[in-house]
Amino acid sequence: MRPGRLMRLKGMMRKEWLQVIRDPSSIAIAFFLPILLLVIFGYGVSLDAQDVRIGIVVEQRDQPSLSFVGGFEQTPYFHPSTFLSIQEAETALRAAEIDGIVWVRQTFGSDYLTGQSPPIGLIVNGVDANTARLIQGYVQGIWGSWLEQQAELRGGELTPPVQLEQRIWYNPEVRSTDFLVPGVLAVIMTLIGALLTALVIAREWERGTMEALLVSRISAPEILVGKLIPYFILGMGGLLISLAMASFLFHVPMRGSLWLLLTTSALFLWVALGMGFFISTVFKSQFVAALVAMVSTFLPAFILSGFIFDIRSMPDLVQWLTHLIAARYYVSILQTLFLVGNVWSVILPNSAALVLMGLFFHGIVYRKTHKKLE
Amino acid sequence: MTASSAISSQRTGPKQALTLADVSKTFSVEQQTITALNQVSCTITPQKVTGLIGPDGAGKTTLMRLCSGLLTPESGEICALGIDVVAQPLQVQASVGYMPQRFGLYEDLSVLENLDLYADLQGVALTARAERYDQLLSMAGLEKFRSRLAGRLSGGMKQKLGLVCTLVRPPRLLLLDEPTVGVDPVSRRELWEIVYHLVEAEGMTVLLSTAYLDEAERCAEVILIHQGRILGHKTPQEFSDQVAGRTWMVRADSLGKRSLQKQISHDPEVLDALVMGKAIRVVSHDTSPLQLTQLAQETKVEITAAAPRFEDYFVATLKEEHSNGNGNGEIALAQVGSKQSDDQVITVDNLVRQFGDFYAVNHVSFHVHHGEIFGLLGANGAGKTTTFRMLCGLLPISSGTCTVAGMNLRTAAAAARARIGYMAQKFSLYENLSVMQNLKFFSSAYGLGGARRQRQIDWAIETFDLHDFISAESQSLPLGYKQRLALAVALMHEPEVLFLDEPTSGVDPLARREFWVQINSLADQGVTVLVTTHFMEEAEYCDRLVIMAEGKVLAEGTPESMKESFERDGQEATMEDAFIGLLEANTAKRSDA
Repeated sequence: MRPGRLMRLKGMMRKEWLQVIRDPSSIAIAFFLPILLLVIFGYGVSLDAQDVRIGIVVEQRDQPSLSFVGGFEQTPYFHPSTFLSIQEAETALRAAEIDGIVWVRQTFGSDYLTGQSPPIGLIVNGVDANTARLIQGYVQGIWGSWLEQQAELRGGELTPPVQLEQRIWYNPEVRSTDFLVPGVLAVIMTLIGALLTALVIAREWERGTMEALLVSRISAPEILVGKLIPYFILGMGGLLISLAMASFLFHVPMRGSLWLLLTTSALFLWVALGMGFFISTVFKSQFVAALVAMVSTFLPAFILSGFIFDIRSMPDLVQWLTHLIAARYYVSILQTLFLVGNVWSVILPNSAALVLMGLFFHGIVYRKTHKKLE
Repeated sequence: MTASSAISSQRTGPKQALTLADVSKTFSVEQQTITALNQVSCTITPQKVTGLIGPDGAGKTTLMRLCSGLLTPESGEICALGIDVVAQPLQVQASVGYMPQRFGLYEDLSVLENLDLYADLQGVALTARAERYDQLLSMAGLEKFRSRLAGRLSGGMKQKLGLVCTLVRPPRLLLLDEPTVGVDPVSRRELWEIVYHLVEAEGMTVLLSTAYLDEAERCAEVILIHQGRILGHKTPQEFSDQVAGRTWMVRADSLGKRSLQKQISHDPEVLDALVMGKAIRVVSHDTSPLQLTQLAQETKVEITAAAPRFEDYFVATLKEEHSNGNGNGEIALAQVGSKQSDDQVITVDNLVRQFGDFYAVNHVSFHVHHGEIFGLLGANGAGKTTTFRMLCGLLPISSGTCTVAGMNLRTAAAAARARIGYMAQKFSLYENLSVMQNLKFFSSAYGLGGARRQRQIDWAIETFDLHDFISAESQSLPLGYKQRLALAVALMHEPEVLFLDEPTSGVDPLARREFWVQINSLADQGVTVLVTTHFMEEAEYCDRLVIMAEGKVLAEGTPESMKESFERDGQEATMEDAFIGLLEANTAKRSDA
């Protein structure tokens, strides 16, 4: 180690810390934004449909109709309201007072009792395609269990030609929180890593402090390392807060090893910091650097990482593009570690991809950073 | 490489603090190649202060950055303290002190934390720090502010702290890039004292660039640089001796100083005429006695020979090098302003602007008459710009009243604004629009239309001599033309009142002279001008002015009346003397209270 290097590094890191502590925006990005995002995604955003407002039209109040409709009252998924005619219900659907209509016709009860298979009308507001699909599934579920019940009551057993036995592994309750929260972690780490570093180097250029740093004895790699370490610590701090919230507040299961989670997170944070450095070596104004960081790291982490939208259902070109998004690999690792366990066949290739990306970004930054103004 | 052999032969002699040999540097900006330095050679004498003096864009900063290894020259050799700068920039940076124009103080760090950082970066031993800090901070007068955040220091204090941080490990060669720009006269004087002290006590070699010509005389040697070439390297005395016998003071008590200057500057004998106190300082074309035959017979003039100054040489040399196309630079308004009267065009009464518990402007009052040039003089942070913004209706008033052209800004800001022309510090032009597009845009922004708009655009092009640049992008204009365009834009809607916020900041002395000719001619035509400046000598152009510090008015009056009270031994005081005197009296008063 060259003489004085330790002193320079320490000086640089202390300066960064003091700046972080005195600049409320860094603290906000590192600690409050993660909390905010987790609360929003943990509580606010849910891909499950609950308390769906559904309109029920029962034209003939006979026993079969009422017992079928009763099924809607008992599930937490629906919040039914009764209409006397289909016209009334349609008006309510148009006014967006309800999201769907279950239409039990006048002939339902008599047809059923005479052994025919009477149709049920289901009208769903398809504006929100996701919810529409969920409603459809739930209604089918209620229909199926009602038929089963009726068969049991009659002492017989319903014998459909093929029996489908569903088992949902890893997330048996299909709680979207359980896979959303690990995904949010990836977004948070991208934000702390890339946005914060992109800003702090651009700020040095903007305020003219970079020129003074460059003419001091500090070398270019020392400047980089002196910035990397404090923001790495800050990022890991943000991670720990997020992990604590995920387990204690949202009760996301943690099936893999915590150490593996921390190691892979550190790896991803290193990649994100590399992206931030890369952005800030190219764009020297804070405004541009922040925009570029948002568009090139933060938004892709949201959209293209597979955390909300399934990658396999994307067009081929976009699927191919997702391979360039570091968050994609991290999201896979996170969801596996949280919900499944230490599955090395998932963790190793994804970690390898992260290592490659990190080497790429840090390599370019190292080559491009020199103590010159041109 | 041949450089290494050249270096080894030069090593360790005390004579080679810094040498440049045939150094050239070009930049390419959008397919254009700009030559910043062209075959520059010079040797800086050790243990002296050498001034690098030239107008803006002369190549001063480029030269400084080359010497500190931040830029690489296209050709030539630079050797600092016996080290080849091109080959070993890191070694140079370890032993040379360099203070960039905007020194990198961390505003969210305290004075001491900034010092600690630079001490760490420069490898100052922990044991040596306490003593060095004490010494530097007392030299800079910052002992009492150790734990204050750098961002909350005044402009002058920041600049001193920047210098102190550069010096935390004493370098043998110190490069200072415009350390005094925008700094108030008191801090400027203190900065110079620190520099002198370093040269004497620590045997440092100092290269200092500046755009203030009066600072040339404070240097032991001066390098005059212009358009990337060195025009001369001599002592200031040797420079000024070259215009010996051509400098005069002219007084005529029967004429106002501005009209006297105007008349004199038309005289064929005269190369340069500058208002200075009650007299006009003249540089003539040759050493024959000044006659001023063009002046009206009945005018009694008193002509005395004056001692030449560096500035006289500078202006004489550069004016001869390139005389600009627009004759004397006077401008004629399309419609001459309304009748001369004693109306008060601007009244300011107990104006206050608070930011939190900080008073940026603290009960300021003054009145400006029709057709007057009124100055707001003060250091950075004195409250000039804040006052200005309130007068233009750009910033709400906390308390007090101000009216412009008879309109109250609290109730009729928009209407008042239509009668104001405003030229902001940074010119506020659209840099990537052409001159014509800028003129068209601003004329419509000011609500001009149809024939009137066309007439005003034609007038602007004609008056400000913009023909050659009509389709050029504004950012590619020479600074002087940018300023003309900005002034043209501010005048297009024929305002009664013209606000100029630091209009000459960063503009070289020649362009500043031309600018003041334009302003004077506007005032003659009945436009009321309110101008802020931190150039003390520019206060001489004002009819009346206020001196501001810490948001308060320290004095109001004519430049002459202000200087009178600071005369010593019958010697006429300069505006700078008056300013420093007022500031010191204010500080003394405050510490008594």
